[in-house]
Amino acid sequence: MRFVFAVIGMICLSSTLWAVQPDEILADSALEARAREISKDLRCLVCQNESIDDSNASLARDLRLLVRERLVEGDSNDEVKAFIVARYGEFALLKPTKTGANAVLWWSGPFLAIIAVFTAGLYIRRRSKSFEPPVDALSDAEKERLNDILSKD
Amino acid sequence: MITEFGHFALILAFLVACVQAVAPLVGAHTNRYGLMALAAPAATAQVTLLAASFAALTYAFVTSDFTVRLVVLNSHSLKPMLYKISGVWGNHEGSMLLWVLILALFGAFAAWFGNNLPQKLKARVLAVQGLLGVAFLAFILFTSNPFLRMEIPPFDGQDLNPLLQDPGLAFHPPFLYLGYVGLSMSFSFAVAALIEGRIDAAWARWVRPWTLAAWMFLTIGIALGSWWAYYELGWGGFWFWDPVENASFMPWLFAAALLHSAIVVEKRESLKSWTILLAILAFGYSLLGTFIVRSGVITSVHAFANDPERGVFILAIFVLFVGGALTLFAARATAMEARGVFSFVSRESALVANNILLAVSSFVVFIGTIWPLIAELFFNRKLSVGEPFFNAAFTPFMIVLGLLLPIGAMIPWKRGQIFLTIAKLKWAFVLAVALAGLVWTMQTGKSLQGPIGLFLGAWLVFGALVDLVSRLGRTRDFSRLLRLPRADWGKFFAHSGLGITMFGVAGLMAWDQEDIRVVPIGGSWDMAPYSFTLDAVENVRGPNYLSTMATVSINKDGEPYATVYPEKRNYPVAKMPTTEAAIDYHPMVDLYVVIGDRQDDGGWAVRTYIKPLANWIWAGAIIMGIGGLISLTDRRYRLAAGARKNAVPQGTPAE
Repeated sequence: MRFVFAVIGMICLSSTLWAVQPDEILADSALEARAREISKDLRCLVCQNESIDDSNASLARDLRLLVRERLVEGDSNDEVKAFIVARYGEFALLKPTKTGANAVLWWSGPFLAIIAVFTAGLYIRRRSKSFEPPVDALSDAEKERLNDILSKD
Repeated sequence: MITEFGHFALILAFLVACVQAVAPLVGAHTNRYGLMALAAPAATAQVTLLAASFAALTYAFVTSDFTVRLVVLNSHSLKPMLYKISGVWGNHEGSMLLWVLILALFGAFAAWFGNNLPQKLKARVLAVQGLLGVAFLAFILFTSNPFLRMEIPPFDGQDLNPLLQDPGLAFHPPFLYLGYVGLSMSFSFAVAALIEGRIDAAWARWVRPWTLAAWMFLTIGIALGSWWAYYELGWGGFWFWDPVENASFMPWLFAAALLHSAIVVEKRESLKSWTILLAILAFGYSLLGTFIVRSGVITSVHAFANDPERGVFILAIFVLFVGGALTLFAARATAMEARGVFSFVSRESALVANNILLAVSSFVVFIGTIWPLIAELFFNRKLSVGEPFFNAAFTPFMIVLGLLLPIGAMIPWKRGQIFLTIAKLKWAFVLAVALAGLVWTMQTGKSLQGPIGLFLGAWLVFGALVDLVSRLGRTRDFSRLLRLPRADWGKFFAHSGLGITMFGVAGLMAWDQEDIRVVPIGGSWDMAPYSFTLDAVENVRGPNYLSTMATVSINKDGEPYATVYPEKRNYPVAKMPTTEAAIDYHPMVDLYVVIGDRQDDGGWAVRTYIKPLANWIWAGAIIMGIGGLISLTDRRYRLAAGARKNAVPQGTPAE
């Protein structure tokens, strides 16, 4: 259900701007590749769940230029991200940090998997040690119904 | 007049649904067969009334009746006919009407073709289905009525969102709804079984075709949506891990798990309570998806009508049904006694592993989707969870699933020997490793993503092939291949399709290339072995839009190869531009060209992508869907249908 509605349309799509534009690209292709990599992890703050690499919004363009500016000045990838987070908050990170409560986000999946494997192991152990009961005879109600059906014809 | 007729039919359907929800349930409880027998005609009446209501709304759209508010908001007299019709469900109110229509349709199918169901089970299933109808019809009538009139009708409508005016998207929602709502049948069966206090192989045999059908429709619906995003949004992404996409993906994963655990109930009478729980959760996630899409609680690229009042209503429906079903489950689950005995190395265990992987990966998607909400509510942290998180947290489970699948699919029931099964698969494994190794040496760069994807894909496809051939027994009489049960073929196609999709996803992500530049008219650029020339840029007039259309000719190795026409459209009524990427589709690679803005120096911004294996993603999904369809036509289900046909004429003279 990809109904893109007015809000996002107004903010991101109706601008005549564009995701990464020709004039933004750095001459140094190694730096540019790093810029693209970083851009994919940063959120366009006025858009909804789009990275600045994908977004057409003008804010995304400003952020892309900012990322490149920092890279040219010699920042590492992490320093660039830290720079953006310091200004816009962790809302800008599409890949949340693992600090604090976020540990729940990152580790509850693997944790659940371990619990599930453990529980399933116990269950299978129980199943493998029990014996298969014979098929139950018909219940009284079923017998009655069977008689019903048989006597109809 | 016809609009009022539709409105009236909708109200009648609500009343009929009330009867359908209450009478059979009371009848089943008090052994009154007359009340139970009310279920089937009520289901038929409900679907007839809703079909009439839906037809009335469609009529208003087709004739562009601008006295109806919904038509004004979502249609325009100049809009092509296909989109006038798809506009009926291209909005909140109309799509909810389609939702309940499909809900009633599934209920009616159970009423019409469920003659060999135990009478009480059938009555209870239809009652639960009716109760769902009551809830959603009340939702429509009280918060989202599609039949409201305008006091002062305007001369023309405000047009449908141009992004939705697209053939891929015209059919995307109906398929998704068939999937979402199809899971309501599994839910109704689960709740009916809980009320009844027993489930057995026959129950599982009844639930499986519904789940299979729902899963199949979801597969196709999700694939259509993903394909639409690929060609319409203009940067060639096919999946964004957007909340609304996740909302459809979670039920899909659960439906896949349910499909497999129901096999264990049917064949081995184990995993009963787990299967019931899965059936409840699968539909629960469908409801949750509806809530996410329509409440605006979680921001999304695909935000629907964001209305808190509607959100609260849907949340109430969700709490009522899922909470109610889970309470019932807690009270009754222990009554579901397992019978089958199996050892650690067995098909049963393999299917348990399948269920764990699918359920946990679905949980990862779930927590990623709602985490921004939780973090803000409870930890006062405003944060985002996007694609990089899901790629990191979700993918490992899928890789493990892919690794285990061919082995698990071949292990015998009850007790197997792991090395015997692995020995059967050794050629599939060797071949997959060899292919991956070959590609790894050929590709530039050291990324392992592509080779791992190829290994998994080949391992799944060859593994499925080995599985199919092993069904022939020792004789290897290939003439018997076509006479194998269709369920075997369905399994082959579904598992191969998954492999093809996995390979497509990995290949596209690992090997796509991009080029962004400013090109003057007549200018050329190269992306070996292709070279592109911007021949012309013209203004063109469409039925309800203005377009800037470029002509780009493509040469391959110096020879003319293709000509494509990327467009930038502007819809004056909706005041929205759209990018229409030009895609030259080929089996192995797509050439994807997007035209941008005119630059100050007179050149045009142009983006070019080379997207390898893109089509494999959707081809794999379609093959999975075909697998589901083939499995649905298996002899067991047809046999049951045949038995029913014979039973009806015998029943008539007895009256």
